[in-house]
Amino acid sequence: MDKNIPGIMRQKRWVPWMYLLPALVVMIVFIVYPGLNTMFLSLRNDTNSDWASVNCSPDKPCWGIFENFRYALTSPVMKTAFLNNIKWIVIMVSSTVGMGLLIAVLADHVRYESIAKSIIFLPMAISFVGAGVIWKFMYNFGSGQVQIGFLNAIVRAFGGEPISWLTEPRVNTLALIIVGVWMWTGFCMTILAAALRNVSTEILEAARVDGANEWMVFWKIMVPQIMPTITVVVTTMVINVLKIFDVVYVMTGGNYGTEVIANRLYTEMYASYNPGRASAIAVVLIIIIIPAIIFNIHKFQEQEATR
Amino acid sequence: MNTSRFSRWLKSLPTHIVLIGICLMWILPTIGLLVTSFRPLQDVNETGWWTIFSKQKGYEEYQSSCAPCHGEDGNAVPSANLTDPDLVGKYRRSFNLLSLLNSEIDGQPHMESNAVPDEYAAADILSYMRRISGIEERPMFTLNNYIDAFTGYRGRNNYLSDCESGEQSLDLFCDVRDLANPRGMGRAFFNSLAVAVPATILPILFSSFAAYAFSWMHFKGRKWLFALLVGLQVVPLQMTLIPISRLYAQLGLNGTFLGIWLFHTGFGLPYAIYLMRNFLGSLPREIFESAYLDGASHWTAFIKLAIPLSVPALASLAIFQFLWIWNDLLVALVFLGGEHPVLTYQIGNMVTSLGSGWHLLTAAAFISMALPMVVFLVLQRYFVRGLLAGSVKG
Repeated sequence: MDKNIPGIMRQKRWVPWMYLLPALVVMIVFIVYPGLNTMFLSLRNDTNSDWASVNCSPDKPCWGIFENFRYALTSPVMKTAFLNNIKWIVIMVSSTVGMGLLIAVLADHVRYESIAKSIIFLPMAISFVGAGVIWKFMYNFGSGQVQIGFLNAIVRAFGGEPISWLTEPRVNTLALIIVGVWMWTGFCMTILAAALRNVSTEILEAARVDGANEWMVFWKIMVPQIMPTITVVVTTMVINVLKIFDVVYVMTGGNYGTEVIANRLYTEMYASYNPGRASAIAVVLIIIIIPAIIFNIHKFQEQEATR
Repeated sequence: MNTSRFSRWLKSLPTHIVLIGICLMWILPTIGLLVTSFRPLQDVNETGWWTIFSKQKGYEEYQSSCAPCHGEDGNAVPSANLTDPDLVGKYRRSFNLLSLLNSEIDGQPHMESNAVPDEYAAADILSYMRRISGIEERPMFTLNNYIDAFTGYRGRNNYLSDCESGEQSLDLFCDVRDLANPRGMGRAFFNSLAVAVPATILPILFSSFAAYAFSWMHFKGRKWLFALLVGLQVVPLQMTLIPISRLYAQLGLNGTFLGIWLFHTGFGLPYAIYLMRNFLGSLPREIFESAYLDGASHWTAFIKLAIPLSVPALASLAIFQFLWIWNDLLVALVFLGGEHPVLTYQIGNMVTSLGSGWHLLTAAAFISMALPMVVFLVLQRYFVRGLLAGSVKG
């Protein structure tokens, strides 16, 4: 990289640092310092007056200085949150990537490609809060005769009993995940469509001439060729899903068994005023996320190098 | 020729069906919101939004029970003109109407051989007659929900009619000052702008400087410092909220615009530097070389060359940062809260406090969505480009 810079452009030693200074200061104050501070806080008690170990009571299990982590990893509500996050990851990642790929492939064959893609992509521009309102209305449950929620109206039309989608524990997490899928499929579609465009048309044509049908072309040629992109999209989505907060906060507030990790963090911090526990949850979150991000950056650099 | 075209069309039919089906599924919830936001309050809670495509409520029941005698328009029997508001006004509730239908007129049963409608049908018929008689003149669409949402109106009717009769609540003035009502979306809209615009400009400015240094300047540790900064993308936002809000509490920055601008700047920077460095670094070195040979300083090269050339990257970055901040709830909730409510905060509050005030909620949600949708549709090209360049953002 250094060789690319014109030697003639050498300057006084302090000049580059003047260009870097504003960015460096802001980033150190707002990312580096709080990141380290959170790790410290996670080992402290709820008022940051002593180590977390003072919260231990003699007749109960205790993790000493890591007492907050005992809460973050073993408490019932966090177990629910972990289970729900796993549900979110499995269902949402597979649906967004699958749907995104399907739409990207299909839209390639039609003349209204850009309209179709815009429609799928539009929810990306909307806030989670806006999407929360849209879907809360879709899921609306009227106790009387009238159902103004679209889904319950359909259920009624087929002679079923209306369902309270957001409070019924068997379906509510799924109902929230659908909102996430609605919002993020456009993201997957866009990146996968760009990758599909790079698949060599000659190979595709050759395969078709040799008598391969579209199904085989898709699975045997397209998918293997864009596999690196698919893995990047999958890991990016896993990271996004792990941090999911707004949908849950707006639609159920984490009640009725829909708790997720990031919402729990917010609740601990701003409803229970326990920064120690909240920090411990944050540390757990980053420890889960880091491998995915490292993997992603690695993959991305590989792709860049071969471009 | 024709048959081959037909068979080709037939072959692509499943593609069209699946794709259009998916697109309809995707857009249907948004259409529901949009339609509802323009419907009168009573309609919103009585009927689903999709019924605007069908006949008016009670029309079917009226046709089967009343139209044979009273006529389609309701004025076939002169002595019992159903379009007369005085006549229909006598029947306030469905049981009033039912008892009339069950009674005899001139010694004959009212309904003659027809079956008397049940309670629900009678209620629908009554509401239909109230409409055709003009007692309840409800337009199909109205802007009232938007006016109410903008001004933060929370009464039983709507802002305009309350102001007309002088019954408005104490916090409303019925003039332009209501746009500043802390409960209203009008104020929140300006707060959102006040947060998003500076918090978009600052990181772009800082990252351009830094990216220029990383691309075209010599200094020790350039490579590892860049790697480190890009690596900061890893840190999730949630991890930094707690220390920063404690810091802000000490500095008195909680609930101030400055506090939230700086926070968004800090968080936007790693990705912005990464994107700008990739773009600036890919510009041909010859232009910088010749500029420098002509005696240009770094400052001139930065202002006159680097910035104008990187407009596409700056555009992608600006759109991303702007939409991200505009749509953000978490940071606004933590650092701004109720002091300067932004759109997302306001809606979040309405969801929990209003419950089923759907006419207000839908209008409010659409107010918050309108700007990002326009930005997105107009500048889609840059949006997609930024997405593709930075799909690693953590």
